[in-house]
Amino acid sequence: MFSYSKGIFVKLKHLAPSAAILAAGALTLSACGGTSATGEEASGGDSDLQGTLTGIGASSQKAAMDAWTADFASENSGVTVNYSPDGSGAGREQFLAGNAQFAGSDAHLDDDEAKQGKEACGADGAYEFPVYISPIAVTFNVKGVDELNLAPSTIAKIFKGEISKWNDKAIKADNPDADLPDTKITAVHRADDSGTTENFAEYLKATAEKDWDAEISGDFPKDFGGEAAQGTDGVVQTVSDTDGAIGYADASAVGSLSKAKVKVGDEYVELSADAASKVVDASDKVKGRSEGDLAFDLARDTTESGAYPIVLVSYHVVCSSYKDQETVDMVKAWEKFVVSEEGQKSAAESAGSAPLSDDLRSQIETVIDSIKVEG
Amino acid sequence: MPTSTQTTVSGPAGAPEPDSQPESGTGQRPKAVVRPGDRIFSAATLIAGILILLILAGVALFLLAQSTDTIDAQVNDPSSITGGKGFFSYVWPLVIGTLISSAIALLVATPFALGIALFTTHMAPRKLAPVLGYVIDLLAAIPSVVYGLWGIALAGSLTEFYLWLSKWFGWIPIFAPDANGDVSNTGRTLLTASLVLSIMILPIITSLTREIFLQTPRLQEEAALALGATRWEMIRMSVLPFGKSGIASATMLGLGRALGETMAVAMILSPGLLTASLVVSGNQTIASEIAQNFPEAAGLRLSELITVGLVLFVITLLVNMGARAIVAKTSVKGS
Repeated sequence: MFSYSKGIFVKLKHLAPSAAILAAGALTLSACGGTSATGEEASGGDSDLQGTLTGIGASSQKAAMDAWTADFASENSGVTVNYSPDGSGAGREQFLAGNAQFAGSDAHLDDDEAKQGKEACGADGAYEFPVYISPIAVTFNVKGVDELNLAPSTIAKIFKGEISKWNDKAIKADNPDADLPDTKITAVHRADDSGTTENFAEYLKATAEKDWDAEISGDFPKDFGGEAAQGTDGVVQTVSDTDGAIGYADASAVGSLSKAKVKVGDEYVELSADAASKVVDASDKVKGRSEGDLAFDLARDTTESGAYPIVLVSYHVVCSSYKDQETVDMVKAWEKFVVSEEGQKSAAESAGSAPLSDDLRSQIETVIDSIKVEG
Repeated sequence: MPTSTQTTVSGPAGAPEPDSQPESGTGQRPKAVVRPGDRIFSAATLIAGILILLILAGVALFLLAQSTDTIDAQVNDPSSITGGKGFFSYVWPLVIGTLISSAIALLVATPFALGIALFTTHMAPRKLAPVLGYVIDLLAAIPSVVYGLWGIALAGSLTEFYLWLSKWFGWIPIFAPDANGDVSNTGRTLLTASLVLSIMILPIITSLTREIFLQTPRLQEEAALALGATRWEMIRMSVLPFGKSGIASATMLGLGRALGETMAVAMILSPGLLTASLVVSGNQTIASEIAQNFPEAAGLRLSELITVGLVLFVITLLVNMGARAIVAKTSVKGS
């Protein structure tokens, strides 16, 4: 909720990209440089890599990134990783302009950007792969109701303001056994531009297109009305303060509020880390991309049993080749750490994300291994 | 600049014989003594004066330079701007929201501030007055984040009041309930934000007006009392007319803070489409719109937000110029 002042600070740097790199370097606290892991299963203790990696991108990865950089620094005390959470768009833009070694993005590169990637990174273009899978919870606060099943079209109608009472027919149809009160529904959405809103809207568009006729964007469609709150914390607080409220938020932030089960195929699926990563496994890769480009067309409308389709999948975008061996080694070490079991576990602990599946990890590791020196 | 208003005020008293020309009369008049201290002092004030102009010009230039993308888009492809209908249809609801919230804040805060200032200067017991002064000044030191948190807590308890308002005063458009006959369930409306804003600007207006009321010439006050005026009549006849221009300036400073307040509004207000009713959710202010969308903005969106900032800059400038004009007018009449 209070992160915007930092955002502004970072953004001003971003207005002058070259200055941003300098400033980011100068400002970095050489985090935990001396405290290398003592005798833990760390891969051979301290590595002898030296240098600085700069990443720019999605603020959704911020919490996970903090955990990753701290853990990574303890094993590679010579490498400093700087990450500016300027937003996905800014991250992709700066990366393609060559101002960062990697980008964090809540959406994969579009076709134009993938082409630009060839200019920035050489013939094989940019590589991208999911690193952060975060389930989005549909959370509610209705007195006397602990469990709730919702079909996609019901969710769409609720957030569109077409269903205004909890004992509406549509909700009853999803919950034949529940005792629903005559409370007014207060649908709470994000006031700020966010990846959470974008992924939530994408899900509704894919599964309930008839009801969700708005364009997909990080801004919640204003014509749909409802209550808005600033940031994930704001949404969670508003929902917990208001009887009859329903909202969507990063699952990790929801705390003790109830989470709705979402209809997938014929069953109602409960949110869980496994269910969230299942969706990515059930999805197809974007067509017409290079082999190292693990961009997924998320199967939001999957009918796969036990998959939870409202997820935010955040990518890392790296180059297929870098100018010197040092950078290649650093990027490899860094990204391998991020997708490793250990890295995913620490992200799950600090940011509540869903760990990557083993199958996906081995695919990503193959991609990382193929990063090479230019020429 | 403030000097212009001062010259109009002090003009009639200062120069009884305007035809004595200083340029031609240099021979007769003794040369003013100038010591090093004077030179340093005048240079320092000159630098300070120029610096503030430069900073203002710098801010304006920065905003203009960053706005070029938006202006370009507005000319060539208005549909690419957020909302799809060009920049002006995007910005005007924000302008209205900003003006409404600031106006309400001012309407609520000014009478309270004047009351507190008069109480501490003229009515309160000698021992109580300074304590009250400290407490009010303390309000100014509270960070706006805290006001925001407090406002969110307050919002929930205001819903009952808003429901009552809409029931009895719903015929006034600003208290009208929505189509279902309901008001906001969370209370996080523009009215709540405005009320919190009014408390935030209260200390500025109070402190300034208190200082001004203390300057009222003792003789005038005592003369009024000696002629048989009651305390209220004395205040009405001597204190208030004397402080008129000061009250106006203080109010304008308060308005400045209300127009630009970001954090508290961003936290409290549930933004949405422009609505006339202030007890249902909706509306948005410029500063809050910028703060909420800045962290994820890039490219044209970033430029749009900075252009919106430029609009706020212009509004603030216009409001201040208008206020100066009013102050200049009233102070001439008053003296």
